[in-house]
Amino acid sequence: MSNKIQWQFPQALEDEAIYILRETAAQFERPAILFSGGKDSITLVRLAQKAFAPGKIPFPLLHVDTGHNFPETISFRDELVKSLGVELQVRYVQDSIDQGKVQEETGKYASRNALQTVTLLDAIESLKYDACIGGARRDEEKARAKERIFSVRDEFGQWNAKMQRPELFDMLNGKINMGENVRVFPISNWTELDVWNYIRRENLAIPSIYYSHERQIIERDGMYWPYSAFLNTVDGEVPFTGRVRFRTVGDMTCTAAVISEAGKLEDIISEILEAKISERGARIDDKRSEAAMEKRKQAGYF
Amino acid sequence: MEVLHIATSGSVDDGKSTLIGRLLYDTKSITQDKLEAIHAASKRKGLDFTDLSLLTDGLVAEREQGITIDVAHIYFSTPTRKYIIADTPGHIEYTRNMVTGASTAQASLILVDARKGIVEQTYRHFFIANLLRIPHLVVCVNKMDLVEYSEARFNEIVADFQHLIAQAPFKEQEIKFIPISSLYGENLVTRTEKLGWYQGDTLLEYLETIEVDAADNQHPARFPVQYVIRPRTTEYHDFRGFAGRVASGHFSVGDEVVALPSGKTSKIKTIEKFEQQLPVANTGDSVVITLEDEIDISRGNLLAKAGQAPRELKDITANICWMDQQKLVPGKTYLLQHGVNRLKAKVQGVQEVLDVTKNEIIADKKELGLNDIGKISLKTAQPVFADTYAANPANGAFILIDEFSNATVAVGFVI
Repeated sequence: MSNKIQWQFPQALEDEAIYILRETAAQFERPAILFSGGKDSITLVRLAQKAFAPGKIPFPLLHVDTGHNFPETISFRDELVKSLGVELQVRYVQDSIDQGKVQEETGKYASRNALQTVTLLDAIESLKYDACIGGARRDEEKARAKERIFSVRDEFGQWNAKMQRPELFDMLNGKINMGENVRVFPISNWTELDVWNYIRRENLAIPSIYYSHERQIIERDGMYWPYSAFLNTVDGEVPFTGRVRFRTVGDMTCTAAVISEAGKLEDIISEILEAKISERGARIDDKRSEAAMEKRKQAGYF
Repeated sequence: MEVLHIATSGSVDDGKSTLIGRLLYDTKSITQDKLEAIHAASKRKGLDFTDLSLLTDGLVAEREQGITIDVAHIYFSTPTRKYIIADTPGHIEYTRNMVTGASTAQASLILVDARKGIVEQTYRHFFIANLLRIPHLVVCVNKMDLVEYSEARFNEIVADFQHLIAQAPFKEQEIKFIPISSLYGENLVTRTEKLGWYQGDTLLEYLETIEVDAADNQHPARFPVQYVIRPRTTEYHDFRGFAGRVASGHFSVGDEVVALPSGKTSKIKTIEKFEQQLPVANTGDSVVITLEDEIDISRGNLLAKAGQAPRELKDITANICWMDQQKLVPGKTYLLQHGVNRLKAKVQGVQEVLDVTKNEIIADKKELGLNDIGKISLKTAQPVFADTYAANPANGAFILIDEFSNATVAVGFVI
């Protein structure tokens, strides 16, 4: 394939995303951007900045903090919020655990990834958000490929895949009843490569863990897991130092690293073009079953 | 880099998912882990082949039943362009989801099983592609391997299809016929000797040559105002910008424009995109427009070039596709959304209901239920500034929303 083309960003995607963000601001009273500090939510923030310039971003950011984050992501988040002057709301999975609403998983595969749904739904209810803008993309996973741009969720945050509203042309219907909310996905039609090419074109800062660095890892099930206090290891799992980076930023217990020397954006993009494994191939949370994502979405996951 | 939207349709078991799987595979757009996952899933299901439809049928209910229920969006790129495929259900029960997937398409692929030829669903799919005025249509005559790659059989199907085309209202549609075998990947990306009698493009070759959005920029200029930007900061104290995306045509700085419904005119002072000042905004561009004069413009208003405004309508006749379990209720008021403008509209009556498989009016039917297509008349509470769908699709369609269930119950095409 011609290299030149692979570095191009399809401009129509930005125009579409800006259109969706403006519809969200106009159709809802209290929208928020779900912000994890990962590349997709960083892209969303940039798009929101462009959609409303020279005005300010009219949405607060909501971060559901599992407590198992990469520290690099949290410091990045705080700097970004400061530089943009937007409001940040943080809700903690630990609080949901302390309130007895969810129970910490145990064992080798324990993760707080699924627990964050409850914290998210509580946040939506208490902060009265009627629209949550997420950086999910349809190319990530086959259940996501089925979801609408304005995805209506009931008061339990549930996605009913069989009863989705038809979405015609670019006309978005965000009309809902009290208690319901809409998940909005402005970058639905972007691929992983589009996001990276956009970050490159816009020269956006991203957390350091996306670039090659040295880290303590363990090998499990053919994947490299970041070693941390949150990971339950078993006998024979000995941490060692590896030169790695991450393709997605999730929780430290559900995101596997890839061996990489990629030190700049161009290297990352070249690596993706060559990759034999999909982006979510390194997401341990998706490996639980063929329908892992669909089940999580039914339960209210974003 | 351009984006081309494609919609696929075909009857159940025509090999639609296999075609898409094959396109992804042959353009190296599918990663090894995803391929391994469907190999394994096919094995678990006891299949002795790799079921490529498992790539696109993302819902448990779809995999259970082996049918596509809702649209899946699938992506691949070539050095020429990025492709977005809406893989739409073929099953009659899910016609509304098919329309959903097809509404944004510039090219529609209809699959025909070479053994079966044109079947009832082919009529429906062709009718919808024609109603939506999708500019390019590819009839993929699939499973050529099962008819011994027979040229005569292919020509027979083409001739049958010509009868449909002869009756279709949208004559400008460009229609190509390509003999293919999805299973063996023949004439999708690579050619085969077995179809040596076919001299035309492979599917991908054809898709690569389609001109994207060529027509839209020629249509009259329409700019629906989505959002008024009024920062009221020290730096931008008097700034009042109209944010939106150009629906059709193009606007330049200095153009005289009319704001609807007020009818007031002004000149375009600036066209802005974040930190850039643009001389012109083309179809599809999301921009902020500022005007020379302070005129009252709010969300849902439309900017057009002076002298080229669309008609003011309060009585609308439209073809509609009904998409809700609850039937259309004549005399009931719905919300009509035209672009980003939402207002009340009362259904005056159902004028006719179509049997799309015969392309004729059903004589004794005057009600519209799920997946029905017909012609209705509406009276709107405020004027709507729409073009006919035939003249300018980007400003000629609307949706109807039920005020109580909030569901999107219909899509309409202004006549």
